[in-house]
Amino acid sequence: MKKKDIFALIDCNNFYVSCERVFQPSLRNKPVGVLSNNDGCIVALSDELKKLNIPRGTPGFKIKHLLKKYDIKLFSSNYALYADMSARVMEILYQFTPDVEIYSIDEAFLSLVGFEHLNLTDYGKKIQKTVKQWTGIPVSVGIGPTKTLAKIANRIAKKHKGYKSVFNILNHPKTDEILASIDVKHIWGVGPRYAKMLHRHRICNALELANAPQNWVKKRMTIVGLKTCKELKGISCLDLEMDISPKKEIVSSRSFGKPVSTLEELQEAASSYCIRAVEKLRSQRSVASGIMVYIATNPFKDEPQYVNFANSRLSTPSAFTPDFLKLVNKDVETLFRSGYKYKKVGVMINDIVSEENAPLDFFEPSYLDDERKTIMDCVDNINKKRGNNKVTFAKVGTKQRWKMKREKLTPQYTTKWNELPLVKD
Amino acid sequence: MKTHKTKTDSSIKEIFRFEKRTKMKRILIGTNISAGFPSPAQDYIEGSLDLNEFLIHHPAATFFVRVDGVSMINAGIHPDDILIVDRALEPSNNKIIIAVLDGELTVKRLKIENNLWSLLPENPQFPAIEITEDMDFHVWGVVTYAIHKMK
Repeated sequence: MKKKDIFALIDCNNFYVSCERVFQPSLRNKPVGVLSNNDGCIVALSDELKKLNIPRGTPGFKIKHLLKKYDIKLFSSNYALYADMSARVMEILYQFTPDVEIYSIDEAFLSLVGFEHLNLTDYGKKIQKTVKQWTGIPVSVGIGPTKTLAKIANRIAKKHKGYKSVFNILNHPKTDEILASIDVKHIWGVGPRYAKMLHRHRICNALELANAPQNWVKKRMTIVGLKTCKELKGISCLDLEMDISPKKEIVSSRSFGKPVSTLEELQEAASSYCIRAVEKLRSQRSVASGIMVYIATNPFKDEPQYVNFANSRLSTPSAFTPDFLKLVNKDVETLFRSGYKYKKVGVMINDIVSEENAPLDFFEPSYLDDERKTIMDCVDNINKKRGNNKVTFAKVGTKQRWKMKREKLTPQYTTKWNELPLVKD
Repeated sequence: MKTHKTKTDSSIKEIFRFEKRTKMKRILIGTNISAGFPSPAQDYIEGSLDLNEFLIHHPAATFFVRVDGVSMINAGIHPDDILIVDRALEPSNNKIIIAVLDGELTVKRLKIENNLWSLLPENPQFPAIEITEDMDFHVWGVVTYAIHKMK
């Protein structure tokens, strides 16, 4: 038999809002929301904002009339800040166990196998306290014998203030009662469609799903559903996924602030994302030979729709931006159809190898040995010292009408020297 | 498109672990293959000094803040200086700390006497602040170094 698993799920509470609050303490106890790309919908809410019955996903402009009345603060999403704070939280988690699966920007699964001799609830409290002190980010900790149960424990840690953000469901005498209190729609891995189906069959809570006939579950919800069902019973079916190999692909894409309909602007935007992606490629000391470009209209608008993508390759791996720009611009031109309002363009670099493993070609000069690398190193150095995109390529244009709308953006407190938080008298 | 699975927002495509920004200087040992006597210093090369290693003990808990004010001038903290703040350290008596006071970040020296906390400026033109329970106060981090540019 397999060794008994123990998982902890660490989830940052209202992560984006919490990041903003670390550097603007005056936001404490205030209703705060963070908007999605282009200042669209509210994607993160503080508890105070949730209490005003404003659901996640509400477009920012729809609550404009409430901002003054309730002193609501809305912010553009500051991804540079959130990514840095996330990296800090994750780094701290490695102090508590070497086995960490970074599940999303604000969640991680930890394996606590080998720590059974400790009081795990206390260990969870220690994790929670350390992350809070070191970063200012409040987290909830759920501990259980399976990932699915750790998720449920986390939910309980969050909902019931009495547990002070840490809940351990492992060997809990009231496990059945707890499961019976969880609606199937709140179980990890059960989507809204399955939840509806289960409710139709009078399987409404986690306990009922755990006890449902396995054959039936497998037939209706495939092997994935069966695993969920077993996990609810405490049989661990899902392991930590820890893939630390260097990234096999690099993606850079954004939605436009305003729809774009000309080829020129589409090329400008694609070029700017391409520049960013190749820069990331260099920062991980890799070279690549493949690039994919895709363009798309807005599927949520009642307008003619068009989505397409193109793949192209370099003859030898490179990290020289103009090599990729040439391909991207040609591809965008091939993909472009007039008469559509485009919402998004993206580039994805693939076939990535590290500089050391770059194959050599007898007939073509290698990027690593010629002046192309010298030029790019020089550009990167200037940009690092003088701020992003001080030196860039003419192809990105000067107006950038398509650029993402971020009118309420807070400073990049932790990643830019000239935007550090100020301390006063 | 397969990327790192992220449930929160589609625009975040990757999540990195903490990235140590320091670049190690590459020391090219034995690159000079031309004939002649090898450098007598070659055996003694030990690498170069890394300021991060010296100044930062808890990278995940270390933040930089910029000083905007003169209340700590006699402690050698000048306007525009950058302070290195280590949140992993416990605040204790006489430490220079970043505190949150009425929703603002401020730098002061912490005094703890008979369980009574106060924030002391290091400039006679500013008053000491006694911390009372009704105050919106907490410690944000402990200052470990000030980076001051010489004029």
